[in-house]
Amino acid sequence: MSDKALEIENLYVSINKSIILKDINLNLDKNDFLAIIGPNGGGKSTLLKTILNLIRPDKGNISVFGKNPKEALNIIGYLPQNTFFDLNFPINVFNVTLMGRYNGLFKNYTQNDRKAVINALDEVSMLEYKDRQISELSGGQMQRVFIARALAREPELLLLDEPTASVDPKMQKSFYELLLKLKEKMTIILVTHDVGVVCEYVDKIACLNHILFYHGIPEGSADAIGKTYNCPIDIIGHGIPHRVFKKHE
Amino acid sequence: MLELLQYEFMQNAFIAAVLVSVACGMVGTYVVVKKIVSISGGISHAAFGGIGLGYLIGINPIVAAIPFSIFSALSIGFINKRIKISEDTAIGILWTTGMALGIIFINLSPGYAPDLFSYLFGSILTVPDSDLTLMLILDIVIIIIVFLFNREFIAISFDEEFSKTIGIKVEPLYLLLLCLVALSVVVLIKVVGVILVIALLSIPAAISMQYTSSINKVMTFSVIIGLVLNILGLWLSYIFNLASGATIVIILGLTFIISSLITKYW
Ligand SMILES: Nc1ncnc2c1ncn2[C@@H]1O[C@H](COP(=O)(O)OP(=O)(O)OP(=O)(O)O)[C@@H](O)[C@H]1O
Ligand SMILES: [Mg+2]
Repeated sequence: MSDKALEIENLYVSINKSIILKDINLNLDKNDFLAIIGPNGGGKSTLLKTILNLIRPDKGNISVFGKNPKEALNIIGYLPQNTFFDLNFPINVFNVTLMGRYNGLFKNYTQNDRKAVINALDEVSMLEYKDRQISELSGGQMQRVFIARALAREPELLLLDEPTASVDPKMQKSFYELLLKLKEKMTIILVTHDVGVVCEYVDKIACLNHILFYHGIPEGSADAIGKTYNCPIDIIGHGIPHRVFKKHE
Repeated sequence: MLELLQYEFMQNAFIAAVLVSVACGMVGTYVVVKKIVSISGGISHAAFGGIGLGYLIGINPIVAAIPFSIFSALSIGFINKRIKISEDTAIGILWTTGMALGIIFINLSPGYAPDLFSYLFGSILTVPDSDLTLMLILDIVIIIIVFLFNREFIAISFDEEFSKTIGIKVEPLYLLLLCLVALSVVVLIKVVGVILVIALLSIPAAISMQYTSSINKVMTFSVIIGLVLNILGLWLSYIFNLASGATIVIILGLTFIISSLITKYW
């Protein structure tokens, strides 16, 4: 297995003939924790979907631990930004989470898979709800189940698209603590608008607004970090082009 | 009721009811949770084209309906995913074209089409042994496919996009699911007829879903509910001398209404 967790070279993606991602280049090592921030419509979700082979790029290359996206699906865990499903669907929390363990045709779920599910539900404090029908949960609880579904996969690369959007502050904090722990075992990409969190927990940050501006966190005083992070906030706020970002390097 | 079983036609009807319940309970569960009730309606009506073809070329209409309904299932699945027309429209086209073809084929067939009515509205009291054998074989095929692909069918019914991200080949599996519907339509035709098939594919599962939140239990309950209600319908149609397919469907519909009231107000 290659040590590069993720290599994206020269990636161009368009949807319905309009260019969404332009010349994206990104390299992540094993155990990196990257946050991607950027304005609405900047292409963050599109980038994750392209890594997941849901969207075919126009050109460019993606490799996940040396594999192409199609082959890499069983080592990627994914939390979509939105999950649409029928609220009457007859399925409980445990079985929704179990889908995260899916590993190919004719491979039945094993005892091991069940353990991973129990573990993942425990990590997001949803174990006591494991027999509940999925629609009998609150929005935030549902989100936690979908997080568990991604974690249950025990992936090498974890892609989280705004995981804490509907999660309460207490759970958010414990969730980020959990990510720090998980980082020891995997590489994480977190899409978020929560720039405050970004400062506290992640190693690297990138701002995506059709083009990707990549920024490792500078080692230094909290102050310096704070300054760096004001920057992307301003960029998002005022839609100033990324040239501004560059000055800080 | 038991003494009725000494008649051979009643024994056959009873076996047909069992075979039908298996198909409608298992496949009907997917039909309901994947929300492909109208697609299934399209497939079942289009199967009439196959019935007509059977008359025309002089083979058992039920046998001719197999390739025909599989072909219509695949074409609707394909249109659905590949061509930019709404699913609704595609169903309308398939539904009517299939039936029209059936009518033309029967027009072209020499002589008069015996028991045409039974293919349209079903006739559980006149299912011959040969058709029972065919229904049994199709049931076995259905059970094997469900057994092998249950996890994938559940996943694509719950969330297609997420299914892709865990490595499920959504499109071929969706087409396989539609073929499964096509096969169960064929199993059901003799009992309720192409026009009423959709009742058996949707009502037992819809009733079961009111009582459990586990899809595998929905399947089991649907088979049992289907069986009990089919036999009740069969019995009532016999003693009151009513059309069997229609009686079964009315029993299903009434049970659904009663069950909805019970779950709502109890
Ligand atoms: N299915 C689609 N059809 C057409 N355009 C799309 C589709 N999906 C995304 N887009 C367009 O692609 C662009 C990027 O969308 P994307 O969802 O990646 O943004 P995002 O950065 O995740 O935004 P947000 O912060 O709102 O989640 C948007 O301009 C959007 O309009
Ligand atoms: Mg997004």
